[in-house]
Amino acid sequence: MMLELQPNFHEPGRQHRCAFPPGDDFFNLLLEAHRDLTVEQSAMVNARLILLLANHIGNLAVLREAMEIARDGR
Amino acid sequence: MLRTYRSPRYEYRTPPELHERANVRYPVVVVGAGPVGLVAAIDLAQSGTPVVLVDEDDTVSTGSRGICYAKRTLEILDRLGVGDDCIAKGVSWNVGRTFLGRDEVYSFDLQRQSGHKRPGMVNLQQYYLEEYLIRRALALQCLDLRFKSRVVGVAPEADGMVLKIQTPDGEYSLRASWLVAADGARSGIRRKLGLDIDGQVFPDRFLIADVTMKGTLPPERRFWFDPPFHRNKSVLLHRQADDVWRIDFQLDPEADADTEKKPDRVMRRIRAMFGDEREFELEWVSVYTFQSRRMPCFRHGRVVFVGDAAHQVSPFGARGANSGIQDADNLCWKLRLVLEGRAPEALLDTYSEERVLAADENIRHSNRSMDFIAPRPGAALTLRNAVLELARDHEFARPLVNSGRLSVPTILSESRLNTADGGAFAGAMVPGAPLDDAPVSVSGRAGWLLDHVQGRFTVLYYVDDEPADGDVQQAAMVQALAGAVVPLEVVPIARRGHPGAGASSVLEDSEGRFAERYDALHGTTYLVRPDQHACGRWRTFRPESLLAALARATCNAPATGSP
Repeated sequence: MMLELQPNFHEPGRQHRCAFPPGDDFFNLLLEAHRDLTVEQSAMVNARLILLLANHIGNLAVLREAMEIARDGR
Repeated sequence: MLRTYRSPRYEYRTPPELHERANVRYPVVVVGAGPVGLVAAIDLAQSGTPVVLVDEDDTVSTGSRGICYAKRTLEILDRLGVGDDCIAKGVSWNVGRTFLGRDEVYSFDLQRQSGHKRPGMVNLQQYYLEEYLIRRALALQCLDLRFKSRVVGVAPEADGMVLKIQTPDGEYSLRASWLVAADGARSGIRRKLGLDIDGQVFPDRFLIADVTMKGTLPPERRFWFDPPFHRNKSVLLHRQADDVWRIDFQLDPEADADTEKKPDRVMRRIRAMFGDEREFELEWVSVYTFQSRRMPCFRHGRVVFVGDAAHQVSPFGARGANSGIQDADNLCWKLRLVLEGRAPEALLDTYSEERVLAADENIRHSNRSMDFIAPRPGAALTLRNAVLELARDHEFARPLVNSGRLSVPTILSESRLNTADGGAFAGAMVPGAPLDDAPVSVSGRAGWLLDHVQGRFTVLYYVDDEPADGDVQQAAMVQALAGAVVPLEVVPIARRGHPGAGASSVLEDSEGRFAERYDALHGTTYLVRPDQHACGRWRTFRPESLLAALARATCNAPATGSP
């Protein structure tokens, strides 16, 4: 399995009109997770989130690929 | 200051209340002759409801202001007789492109399918829209448009409202059974009645510069994050009528409006953007901030709030004027039925319910755009910048780039006026959805579905099987629906090439788009509201189901425990 780099956000049972990518809901969730937090608290939320999602993905090859892109920024 | 436009001055006339001591009560008074108030007054008057529209000024908007009018708004303007004027003068567009620096990272197309009468959006200076609407308003006998009339007092009375109006000739009282407040973001009616409007004030400032320029760019919306000509900030470009271009520069929250508006400074910004060679002239400059808020309820007794008076959003997404015009579209048929005694006042509560849902959707989308365009320092800014960086190389991040999600009408699927599907359906035309347009022909003449379904409750009935005689069927249907609580029109629509399609009262689904978009099979029946929203659909024509759905859609159904 390769790292998914095509748009992949979705929510079963929910209709999205073409003008509003379902990723908007994701990004809003993410901002809400950080709302009103200090810089340190935000960093901790990010760290926990990465660990949770990394375990969910599980496949080290995929995680390695994601980490390389994240570190390079592209 | 404007080179391309001279504002008309409209004539003030002494109102009858001042020279005849008249003391009539009008069915409806609308306050505010901006686009929303004008639309409301025209909608009511053209269907025969006498209406007085008062405005404190005697001309159109100063500056271009609201410039993007969406497809749904154009469909409403078509119904009011000014759609063609707007299309002829404005710049139609569908494509928006978003850039990071100089590179395009995301684009959208508001009209992915063909077969719609109107484009996704038209750009037109607000003063043109107002001018066309005023021309239409002045031609309507039922509409009494009073300029130079300022509301200085408002109070309830039994079954109505009394306004105190100040004119150049003095003050008078104006009485109305129903008052429609379309008096804008700083609504005087709202304030005089002490009603709340709550939400969020954004600290961000934006500079609008309208310039005249011979353009070679295509008619598209263009948005830049961090362009070389305006580092670390955003810029938005729109083309308007008369070779006028609208440029929106994001400023620092602490920017000084007067300094930013100085012509030299604005010209320098524009030259940085287009290069030194390009000739242009400044047309209009403004610095603005905005709020995002709404009233908890849009109906208060005999007062109904529409447009900015009821709700406000950030401008990214063109959801201000568009949602206001859609408020009026939702309100007017309900007000008319209540005035005619064909529906209870409770129907007007559904105006508030439905348009509060729409306002919340508009606020949600425009707030999210603001979160992306002007993120708060800290995590929001870091995450936004991470999306922008990744979007250069990776497809997945591009749809996350949010420079504004442009106005589309709200699907009122939660509305209590809907009747649940009577059968299995696919497709987008769920009860509560505004109708999708489709090309049709009548007696061989090409036209559009939405032009045949407007201003009244309509039954759309799809005919596919043969043999069938459209006229005979239609007559039988009209007969079967004779007991309806409100007038109902039956519009059969026949499969392309169907023998019944030649009849003058039958629409032909000339390109098969209706069948496709409405998931129509032989016998498929839709009930459509006067504002072109579906409110029920069935696989066969069943008069008793239709009549029950019609009663439900007009609050005439007997109360039940649950829908």
